[in-house]
Amino acid sequence: MILQTSNLTRRYGALIAVDHLNLALEEGEVFGLLGPNGAGKTTTLKMLTTLLPPSDGSATVAGFDIRRQAAQVRRVIGYVPQLISADGALSGYENLLIAAKLYDIPRAEREQRIIAALDFMGLRDVAHRLVREYSGGMIRRLEIAQAILHRPRVLFLDEPTVGLDPVARHLVWDYIRQIRQNLGTTILLTTHLMDEADLLCDRVGIMHLGRLVACDAPQALKVAIGKPEATLDEVFIHFTGNQLQTTMGGYRETARTRRVARRLG
Amino acid sequence: MKPLEPGASPVALASSSSSPSLRQVWQPWAVLREMLVKTWVIAELEARKLRHDPTELFTRAVQPALWLLIFGQVFARVRAIPTGNLSYLDFMAPGILAQSVLFIAIFYGISVIWERDLGVLHKIMASPAPRAALVSGKALSAGIRGLTQAVIIYALAALLGVDLNWQPQALLGVVVAVILGAANFSLFSLIIACLVKTRERFMGIGQVLTMPLFFASNAIYPLAIMPAWLQVIAKVNPLTYIVDALRALMITNGTPVFPLGLDFAIMSLTTVILVALAARLYPRVIV
Repeated sequence: MILQTSNLTRRYGALIAVDHLNLALEEGEVFGLLGPNGAGKTTTLKMLTTLLPPSDGSATVAGFDIRRQAAQVRRVIGYVPQLISADGALSGYENLLIAAKLYDIPRAEREQRIIAALDFMGLRDVAHRLVREYSGGMIRRLEIAQAILHRPRVLFLDEPTVGLDPVARHLVWDYIRQIRQNLGTTILLTTHLMDEADLLCDRVGIMHLGRLVACDAPQALKVAIGKPEATLDEVFIHFTGNQLQTTMGGYRETARTRRVARRLG
Repeated sequence: MKPLEPGASPVALASSSSSPSLRQVWQPWAVLREMLVKTWVIAELEARKLRHDPTELFTRAVQPALWLLIFGQVFARVRAIPTGNLSYLDFMAPGILAQSVLFIAIFYGISVIWERDLGVLHKIMASPAPRAALVSGKALSAGIRGLTQAVIIYALAALLGVDLNWQPQALLGVVVAVILGAANFSLFSLIIACLVKTRERFMGIGQVLTMPLFFASNAIYPLAIMPAWLQVIAKVNPLTYIVDALRALMITNGTPVFPLGLDFAIMSLTTVILVALAARLYPRVIV
């Protein structure tokens, strides 16, 4: 198992954002964490990327403990946060250059890898333009490029297509598939788009109010609820007893999501 | 090894990064080297941003310029403040340089809130760079901003006929004092940002702090004429030691009130303490 959590829990005061989460990811799979805003997806990712200490429980990424070996974990993961992680005040090339330096990519390989990443993501022509002038899809591609520059073993993508138009969304899906195929990277992504999960993920985990309520291949989940022809939406409703809606998103999160959507859109 | 080619194996990288030599052995020199390299990378990041848009450097210079041109010129005529063997303009020029360093550094912490709101900070925090290097990189970049202000103040002071000391070792001392001073206030500012977490609260606190820090120092009048209670405050105000060092180094006949070594020792010590404190608090801004 490349990633394993054991009763991973995070509380914010009285609120339990992630409640005794047990997950196990196999090397090379694309795993989707599904759930409405406030289900605990982002909090889970923040803990796994060592940005947030768990309140309880533990997790390992590539064999390293997220608490005691945080520095080692950071070396083997890539992370594209839900918010915008490319610096708008720098060019695309500069963003990648700084990433390469932060991850200690040897000087001799740096230039070559940056150019390869720009080519791979179709950003070579705009490499020296300020990211501020990029379209939403270009920004997302740059962010993915900087997250895989050091060839992480596990790539975390938090709502990778939020705020993107359908064309840009499909392009991002293609890139995610290619990264897995070319580099064998294990990918853990969060989404609240059921079709995205259905198309892209080998397995999905459905989170509801901080708990993992179902976890399997999309087709297996459909069979499990006795409707092999069902959409993932129906599966979701079956397990959460809930229409997909904002349960705890709140003002702050909504404001953030809209801001990201506006910047990317 | 070619990057990102189909079928390229990530295994080579993974095994090298998890080798035991990197993992368990305590290597102080490697840690120090890592610290310095990553500090430099963060400073480079900030410097590149500044190069793309240097507007702030000029807008920030307006206020100190007004102090020097208007306040300085007027008070030089009044001769109300005893400044020993220095003219009032000579006396206050280092104070105004310290002020501009203070002003450019004390609001720098807001950048971390801004980066948190954007998401850039998440990316940097998930990278293997040590947290102490992330904050000291910010501090160094505040130092670079401070140096740009020093260039502007020197030019203005020279125009006004301030008796500047152009000896190389004195200039070098000014460079170090400006960097340490900017580091001090920017780290202080980062710490506040990590505690208050929102832009609105931060701006409020920043406004409240700036003027007391400036007036409770020897920037525009000497310690000797202050009432006793104010002297006590001025002596725990780091700005006082920065001004004291700058006054000794920047002006031809300038003399420090405290030994120069003490000024630099205090600036260095507070920098180290603030880096340690800021590095501990830094992750909190994300929560």
